[in-house]
Amino acid sequence: MSGTVITVTSGKGGVGKTTTTANIAAALAADGAKVVCIDADIGLRNLDVVLGLENRIVYDIVHVVEGAAKLKQAMIRDKRLPHLFLIPAAQTRDKSAVAPSDMIRICDELRAEFDYIMLDSPAGIERGFRNALAPSNRVVIVTNPEVSAVRDADRIIGLVESEQKGPPSLIINRIKPEMVKRGDMLSIDDVLDVLAIDLIGVVPEDEQIVIGSNRGNPVALDEKSRSGQAFRNIARRIKGEQVPFMDLDKQDGFFSRLGKLIRPGG
Amino acid sequence: MAVSVTIKGIKEGLLVVVGDGEWEEASRTLLEKLREKADFFRGARLVLQLGGRAMGAADLGKLRDDLGDLQINLWTVLSESALTENAARALGLETALPKPQALPPELPPISPSEDGSVAILVNHTLRSGKSVRFPGHVIVVGDINAGAEVVAGGNVIVWGRVRGTVQAGSEGDAEAVVCALDLAPTQLRIANAIATSPKRRGKADPEMARIKDGQIVAERWKPNEKG
Repeated sequence: MSGTVITVTSGKGGVGKTTTTANIAAALAADGAKVVCIDADIGLRNLDVVLGLENRIVYDIVHVVEGAAKLKQAMIRDKRLPHLFLIPAAQTRDKSAVAPSDMIRICDELRAEFDYIMLDSPAGIERGFRNALAPSNRVVIVTNPEVSAVRDADRIIGLVESEQKGPPSLIINRIKPEMVKRGDMLSIDDVLDVLAIDLIGVVPEDEQIVIGSNRGNPVALDEKSRSGQAFRNIARRIKGEQVPFMDLDKQDGFFSRLGKLIRPGG
Repeated sequence: MAVSVTIKGIKEGLLVVVGDGEWEEASRTLLEKLREKADFFRGARLVLQLGGRAMGAADLGKLRDDLGDLQINLWTVLSESALTENAARALGLETALPKPQALPPELPPISPSEDGSVAILVNHTLRSGKSVRFPGHVIVVGDINAGAEVVAGGNVIVWGRVRGTVQAGSEGDAEAVVCALDLAPTQLRIANAIATSPKRRGKADPEMARIKDGQIVAERWKPNEKG
C-alpha cells in the first residue's frame, strides 16, 4: 500500500483550511479509508480541537522529529472512527522545529500504512507552508469567494506550480448563494476565471460548521448537514469518483435534485 | 561517475562550482564535503555555479532544504541555462552576484534602444507574486493576474488579460506601448506616466495603451491601422 499525501493550504488565514482538513479526513475515514491527519501549523495548533482530540495529546510531531517519541506514540486514534488518526502539532514551539526533510521522512513512513495522509498547512508562504508542501502528492487549495482570499490563492498556486507539485485542485468555502445572486459576492465562475484550476468542491456557509468545530464534531459525520454533504462529496471526488455538484440554491437539506454540473467531470 | 565539485571562499560567501555529470551524484558529493566540516561551514551563504546544467525547481528546492538542514543558506545560483535561472528565481534565489564579477562570462548588456528587437516570451499566466523584469520587450502568452508585475524597457504585449501592474518603457522610453486582449491593470506605467484603469463598461476589447500629450491613453485596437 502506498498512500497519497494531500496538502491543504490557502495562503490567507481563516478561510477554513483546518475545518476542511478535518472534514475531508473524517469523510474519507467514515467511508472505510485509513486516514491520518498531520497538523503542520506548529505553534498554532487547531486540528486537535476541531477533531475533539485535544485532551488526548501526549506526544506531538516535534517530539517525533526530535526522537523523543516514536511515530506510533504520537498518533491519536479518533474517538468515533477507528480508521482516523491525528498527529498533532506542538503548541509551545515554532515552525523552525521541523524541516521539510523531516516531513518527507515522516510521510514516507506513514505511506506504507495509510491510504491518505492529510496535511493541514499553516497560513502564509514561509517555512511552515514549505514543510507542508515538501512531501505532498496532491495539493488542495481552500479559498473563500472574496477578492483578498482569491489573490492569496493565486499566489499559492504559483508557488505550488513552481515547486512542480501541481496542478492543485480548488475548494471554494463559505459561499452564500443569496449574496452571489445579489452580486455582492464573487460567484464560483468569477473565482475559477482568475484561478483557472480544477474545482473539487463548493461548501456553503453554514453555522453548523462553527458549532461542530467548537464541539469537536466534524459536520461531515452529520448525515443531515448540507455542508457535511459538500465535504463528503469532496472526499468521494478525491477518491476519483464522479460526483455531481450540489444545487446550492436549495435551502432545505433534501438532495433529490442533485445535478447542475458546474463543470463537466468535476 | 564522479562529478567534480569544488568549494572555495569568495568575497560574497562560499562559491561551489559543479562540473558535468549526474545531478544526484553532484549534490551528494557536495553535501558530503560540507558535512565533513559542518561546524566550519555553518551559517555560510552559498553561491552555486552550475554552468550550462538545466535544472528544475524540484531539485534546486531539495538542495536548498538539504543545505538548510546544515544551516547553510543557498543564496545565489549562477547558470547559463534559462530553465535553471527561472527555477532559481521561482524559489526566490538570486541569479547574479551583486557586483559584476570575473566568475561568469560577461554577456554584453542588452540595450533597449539598440534596435528595439530584443524580447522575452513568457509562455504562461503570471500569478500573483510573480515578477518579470526585462530591459527589452516582454511578450506574455497568458494572463497577468492581480498581484503580478511586468517591467519592460520596451513594449509589453499580452495575449490575455492584464489585471496586475505593468510598466513599459521603464528606462524612460515614452514611445513604448502596452497591448493586451483585455487591458484592465491595477496600475499602468509608461516611462514616467502612471494611470489606473477606468471602470469597465461592457465587453473587453483588445486595446493598446500609449502616451499622448503626456498622458496614458488606451485605445481599442483596430486592424489595418499602424500601431
